Amino acid sequence: MELTGAEILVESLKKEGVNTLFGYPGGVVLNVYDVLYDADIRHVLVRHEQAAVHAADGFARASGDVGVALVTSGPGATNTVTGLATAYMDSIPLVLFTGQVPTGLIGNDAFQEADIVGITRPCTKHNYLVKDVRDLARTIKEAFYLARSGRPGPVLVDLPKDVVVGKAEYAYPDAAKLRGYNPTYEGHLGQVKKALKAILAAERPLLYVGGGAILSGAAGELTELARVLKLPVTTTLMGLGAFPGSDPLCLGMLGMHGTYRANMAVSHCDVLVAIGARFDDRVTGKIDEFAPHATVIHVDIDPTSISKNVRVDIPIVGDVRNVLRKLLGLANGADPAERDAHLAEWHGQIAAWRETHKMDYDQGRDVIKPQYVVEQLWEATGGDCIVSTEVGQNQMWAAQYFTFDRPRRWLTSGGLGTMGYGFPAALGAQAAFPDAVVIDIAGDGSIQMNIQELATAVQYALPVKVAVLNNGFLGMVRQWQELFYDRRYSHTRMDVAPDFVKLADAYGALGLRATRPDEVRPVIDQALAHPGPVMMDFRVAPEEGVYPMVPAGAPLTKMLLV
Amino acid sequence: MKHTISVLVENEFGVLARVAGLFSGRGFNIDSLSVAETQDPDLSLMTIVTRGDDQIMEQIIKQLHKLVNVLKVTDLQEGAYLDREMVLIKVNATDETKPEILRLAEIFRGKVVDVSPKTYTVEVSGPEDKIRAVLELFHPLGVREVVRTGKVAMPRGLQTPGG
Repeated sequence: MELTGAEILVESLKKEGVNTLFGYPGGVVLNVYDVLYDADIRHVLVRHEQAAVHAADGFARASGDVGVALVTSGPGATNTVTGLATAYMDSIPLVLFTGQVPTGLIGNDAFQEADIVGITRPCTKHNYLVKDVRDLARTIKEAFYLARSGRPGPVLVDLPKDVVVGKAEYAYPDAAKLRGYNPTYEGHLGQVKKALKAILAAERPLLYVGGGAILSGAAGELTELARVLKLPVTTTLMGLGAFPGSDPLCLGMLGMHGTYRANMAVSHCDVLVAIGARFDDRVTGKIDEFAPHATVIHVDIDPTSISKNVRVDIPIVGDVRNVLRKLLGLANGADPAERDAHLAEWHGQIAAWRETHKMDYDQGRDVIKPQYVVEQLWEATGGDCIVSTEVGQNQMWAAQYFTFDRPRRWLTSGGLGTMGYGFPAALGAQAAFPDAVVIDIAGDGSIQMNIQELATAVQYALPVKVAVLNNGFLGMVRQWQELFYDRRYSHTRMDVAPDFVKLADAYGALGLRATRPDEVRPVIDQALAHPGPVMMDFRVAPEEGVYPMVPAGAPLTKMLLV
Repeated sequence: MKHTISVLVENEFGVLARVAGLFSGRGFNIDSLSVAETQDPDLSLMTIVTRGDDQIMEQIIKQLHKLVNVLKVTDLQEGAYLDREMVLIKVNATDETKPEILRLAEIFRGKVVDVSPKTYTVEVSGPEDKIRAVLELFHPLGVREVVRTGKVAMPRGLQTPGG
């Protein structure tokens, strides 16, 4: 059957099971929007293209499906770059369709022309400029396949106007055929055996778990392995929820703002098993002194992650879930008594570290502490909600004080550190799970980067609850200025901020405010009871810091514990 | 250490930009890069001369593999290989230097490919050390312009990056 490019696009999306699209129309994608007018796909009209990509990203992180966004050419396309870079750094599967000027005008500096394929080459897993409508269906098939397979990531498909207008015979391919792309899913059995031997021989083993465990759907296998072999677990920022945070084996997050016990454990372990993690500088601190006593085992589907920052002794290239299943299959029945004695000593040491420096803060009577707000959000929801964050102190307090027991409940820009990510990502997650409680833990700086999405939240009745930890500062930068720049608060004070309560009201959302500790819980309860979107303005201690903190470039044992 | 690597890629729009962007974006060096179609017109072969310690070379090769349009990456240092480069050298030709230019061209099995009243242009091809030697010897004669192709290379015998 012969269809136009626009029809092929929409039919192909349906074939891929896409039910929600985040987008913003414009000149060269009018034909696509005309087809969407009566198509059976929900389109969420955002208020800025950056938000469309973050929303698709939040949708993907929460659901595990590929997120999809659609924007026009030129500025519509360039506005998506931050969203793509965010998803690329965190390996999030999404497909972005951008409009493009007609093929005959490409290169002529036409109106709203941008070389978006050139611009996004370094921040997409792959990208395409479709030059012939006959290639469109195959390209879409490849784009979805690339986005979700191997190490996932964002894929961009650029659609010139004449390609969406032109007609071609439509047949959606069953499979993508890519000669140069063949991810390794099965870990090498010999390597898995070697890894298990090292783990069983270890006196001080530690699992270091990253976002790859969540992406591969390995939370169940990971939890079983840790419990069967009594292995303590620390997770990265991206790995929160891959292993139950309330499990006694969980040491919390490691790295710059990790827990004392996690950083001490990684610095003293003799076997470190990195699972879907990539030894980011915020995790390792001074690289030469990271896990100095450890034999390093690294499981990752991306060979480039292995031995990139840290020399690995036992590399295993493969899908985390497959590799953990193999490990589990081999591990059953291997638990000699001698091992128990060593492990008891190690677990005792970890328990002692836990007691030495607990995660703590001092909530007095007068001023709200931001950590208290996070804990109260957790208590009020029983932890049964999806949490997104912006970037900075709000993100770190959320990571430290909200306990995640399940995967895909935590949406945060880990690699790129994108302020303005959390709110649109929360909208995307809410679109995927309309009945879930979705909370964006924000700062007064970050929230203003995509605050226009309040209109989207109201228009589509996406009842996201935004908790602004309002300290009047760009708090994390201020904290660095306090510690390393002699308290010279250069341009981090937000002297003027909107009245967030009135602002919410202006958009047709509910605004609430708490200025005293005893108002925190009632505000949260009221927000959770409200059926629509809510913005909560928590006036928190202006100069509260995030601790522990490992200064940039210092070894993990040199924590500031204030 | 210098490495010569062969990269077999799909002969598609934008592939060169992906490879070059990978090198610049990750701070890897390119000493030379040459690329052209293979016997199969759907494929191109790039010969890239780069440098780095073992860890950097490992990253370069893995990162190249990761590109969707890259089919095969071979570090030629791992076996015996042939490499050739061609250079065009335009030198000042005076009555005194002309015999020396011709003599050097002959010694290096080069040839004079263009003659003007004041210049001779010599073409020489060979492995890297030969090219370096030629350039050094021509230098005192007054070199006006040098154009090099960059290295092309293939493994000796039956193993080929294209196969």
